[in-house]
Amino acid sequence: MLLDPLLDPRPAAKDRPEAAPGFEDSLPAILTTPARLTHLQRLEAESIHIMREVAAQFHKPVMLYSVGKDSSVLLHLAMKAFYPSKPPFPLLHVDTTWKFREMIEFRDRTAQELGIDLMVHINQEGVRQGIGPFTHGSAVHTDVMKTQSLKQALNAHGFDAAFGGARRDEEKSRAKERIFSFRTSSHRWEPKNQRPELWSLYNGRINKGESIRVFPLSNWTELDIWQYIHQESIPVVPLYFAKPRPVVERDGTLIMVDDDRMPLKPGETPEMAWVRFRTLGCYPLTGAVRSTAATLPEIIREMLLSTSSERQGRVIDQDAAASMEAKKQEGYF
Amino acid sequence: MLKELDPVTVPADITPADAANEVQEYLARQNSKDLLRFITCGSVDDGKSTLIGRLLYDCKCLFEDQLASLETDSGRFGTTGAGQLDLALLVDGLAAEREQGITIDVAYRFFTTERRKFIVADTPGHEQYTRNMVTGASTADAAVLLVDARKGVLTQTRRHSTIVSLLGVRHVVLAINKMDAVGWDRETFERIAADYRVFAARIGITDVTCIPVSALTGDNVTKPSDAMAWYGGPTLLGHLESVDARAEQKLGSFRMAVQWVNRPNQDFRGFSGTVVGGAVRVGDDVAILPGGRTSRVARLVTMDGDLETAEPGQAITLVLADEVDASRGDMIVAAAGRPEVADQFAAHVVWMDEQPLLPGRSYLLRAGTATVGAQVTELKHSINVNTQEHAAAKHLDLNDVGFCNLALDRPIPFDAYADSRETGSFILIDRLTNATAGCGMIRFPLRRASNIHRHASKVDKAARAGGLQKPCVLWFTGLSGSGKSSVADRLEQELHRLGRRTMILDGDNVRHGLNRDLGFTDEDRVENIRRVAEVSKLMVEAGLIVLVSFISPFREERRMARTLVEDGEFLEIFMDTPLEVCEARDPKGLYKKARAGQLPHFTGIDSAYEPPEAPEITLKGGERTADEMVVQMIEELRRRGVI
Repeated sequence: MLLDPLLDPRPAAKDRPEAAPGFEDSLPAILTTPARLTHLQRLEAESIHIMREVAAQFHKPVMLYSVGKDSSVLLHLAMKAFYPSKPPFPLLHVDTTWKFREMIEFRDRTAQELGIDLMVHINQEGVRQGIGPFTHGSAVHTDVMKTQSLKQALNAHGFDAAFGGARRDEEKSRAKERIFSFRTSSHRWEPKNQRPELWSLYNGRINKGESIRVFPLSNWTELDIWQYIHQESIPVVPLYFAKPRPVVERDGTLIMVDDDRMPLKPGETPEMAWVRFRTLGCYPLTGAVRSTAATLPEIIREMLLSTSSERQGRVIDQDAAASMEAKKQEGYF
Repeated sequence: MLKELDPVTVPADITPADAANEVQEYLARQNSKDLLRFITCGSVDDGKSTLIGRLLYDCKCLFEDQLASLETDSGRFGTTGAGQLDLALLVDGLAAEREQGITIDVAYRFFTTERRKFIVADTPGHEQYTRNMVTGASTADAAVLLVDARKGVLTQTRRHSTIVSLLGVRHVVLAINKMDAVGWDRETFERIAADYRVFAARIGITDVTCIPVSALTGDNVTKPSDAMAWYGGPTLLGHLESVDARAEQKLGSFRMAVQWVNRPNQDFRGFSGTVVGGAVRVGDDVAILPGGRTSRVARLVTMDGDLETAEPGQAITLVLADEVDASRGDMIVAAAGRPEVADQFAAHVVWMDEQPLLPGRSYLLRAGTATVGAQVTELKHSINVNTQEHAAAKHLDLNDVGFCNLALDRPIPFDAYADSRETGSFILIDRLTNATAGCGMIRFPLRRASNIHRHASKVDKAARAGGLQKPCVLWFTGLSGSGKSSVADRLEQELHRLGRRTMILDGDNVRHGLNRDLGFTDEDRVENIRRVAEVSKLMVEAGLIVLVSFISPFREERRMARTLVEDGEFLEIFMDTPLEVCEARDPKGLYKKARAGQLPHFTGIDSAYEPPEAPEITLKGGERTADEMVVQMIEELRRRGVI
């Protein structure tokens, strides 16, 4: 259980009032115009609409599952979109072999509990070559174990649509991307030649070999994600919650020593510090933040007071200017 | 490998219980906020990206690391001078945009104030990126149009206004920017505002608010301006916080396009979709269109539990009381407030593809969840978005706007766009590239089709053919001089000798009569083929073997001709003769003229020929004689049971 039950003042779903406390006063006694949906209801409905379009328009969709909080929300929305059916597509996790151990445990447990088909793909060629972030640097590691690996998996199974959890508020080139984002047969994104996307009419028509990346969370912000996780009691990986963890500080970033594959430099000694993660990826490439926020309300509170954006914790974005756009063109999510 | 460290003390500044309460209150406040989606548009250098950067900056929606990279970028790409933050760089996201200092595609930004949440679509001002502006405008509740106070209302402002009006954006804000550059002059502001109001009223924009601002200094963006104390109106943000964000429900009646049929097992059959137009309640009478069967709403299913009522905007799964069939493309609607159902309507179309829109060409039309074949039957006029003048047009180019009649393969349910954006809009998709080639806003249905009923004849085509043959179209396509007419001619003689009933339609002959009014531009070629295809269809009905000998250079038109007749009645015959051979033959001297530049739009020279991808029969015109090919054809026709 992630939340101390005493700290979750949210009543069970069936007992919940229609509107949050303090909201009733602002409503007229009789609704003469359609009731307004809250912004989270609007976002939820939009995402569900998008997922159903994909299920109906494509032959073989797949949901990219990265085990992070956005993936947790994506999966929860998929469960809602097709209820009482199960989502009509499998989950795919591209495992770089450098994910936090707790992520892998969480991944397997979640798939089992929800009864969802989970596929795990590892770039075996990369494993044979011994590719890793410490030996080859973040750029090569990400390219081989993530981008190339993803393309291998998509090609091998012939998926024609792939859901991702990316949001437009994350990064500048993401802010420009369509919800249905066309990919050429070599998985390239053509940022200057995107299909117009109007109203809620999503054009998923493609020729053989081409594919569409779909981003149902495009219009969500980081705060919306946490708020929704709180509202819906969605389980997330415990790494998001602060506790003492072994870390070393390297180039201004706190790296958690998750296993003994991490070579320590002279003078580096892991120290136990209260930290948590705002974003999750490969442990050597993901910076922790010092924090004592151990519950969801504390995380949300911390976010509201925070002065740095979540991608700061990602080492890969800082490789080069406009690096995300370049990676995306190569086929990165 | 870790050595044990001393226990770490936690510097808690707040107890978990207090944090929970504080957050709970905060979330309750957040939940009461609604969402406003708006676009910003302006031309180059109007300061649009700077304005959005300013809104994000002043609303404290930027983080320290973003500010730090902004400082770095301002030094590298900035256009505001040394030491100044170039706020525009916050918004322009693509490498090309940062290098050229312009906006190419829509960027979506998010910010929140005490009163509201906002999604801003920053749209390009350049005419060549109009389609991207249309993308942003299609989902916007409000539009902020920027003008430079030094320049006033320009052509671009009028173009943006026309599009905003066309896409039905209800609230328009004219932000008169760079007031700092005109000495905060009141008269300048009032003159521009008055100019604009006259223009806006003329194109049907009724809700206009004019605000004098400086994105550079922030005056009247989020804070009232001391320098412009003469202005008594709201700040830009203040105004955006107060405009009515609720989608105006002119429609008021329930509609739901069926997206997906939910069948987990034999006992459950639900129809998933998003509610639009009006609320739906359990027990409501509904109709399933275009079929027209009726039923009652039995359940409104969601994972959180069944609903009594679902509001517009909610995604639900609806269960009907009766075993009625419905599938993707159908629309479930309030039985008492139904939309139009027709296969022809008039609409405004914005064209978004490099390939022009040609009347008569078949596209895929997506409206709601229905996908049908569609063609523009009449292009009434194009609208000059800069001057709003109407002009006669034969086709629409990229970024052109036109008013036209469309005809569909089958009827679909729809409302007028003015009543409902969701059920009054459509996109047009190119059948070959699958590109979203255009978008449209429906004005009204056309009744013509519904009043003309097909007359079912007692004598059918098989009877007319009298057992002699299976009526069909033999469609010869190929370059000029490839031998189409010679082979068709000899084949007809041979069929005649065998006692079969035939008719030959030849390009040159038809152009002397039926198609005398058509030239050789792309749009005329499309119409030429459409007429010939319709005539051949009538002749198949008459029981004949119809030999059509036309260059017919475009795949799309040949595909259209194929769809007019039944499966197996259309045989595409590709005269695969190399261009060099055709040009060497040049029986009518046309290649010579074309090479001399005297014959524009000549296929194979300066107009494209799209060879068939899967013809029924290929004739190697460069390798075989006409007689050999006739023998090959007769064999093929026997094998296919035509004769």
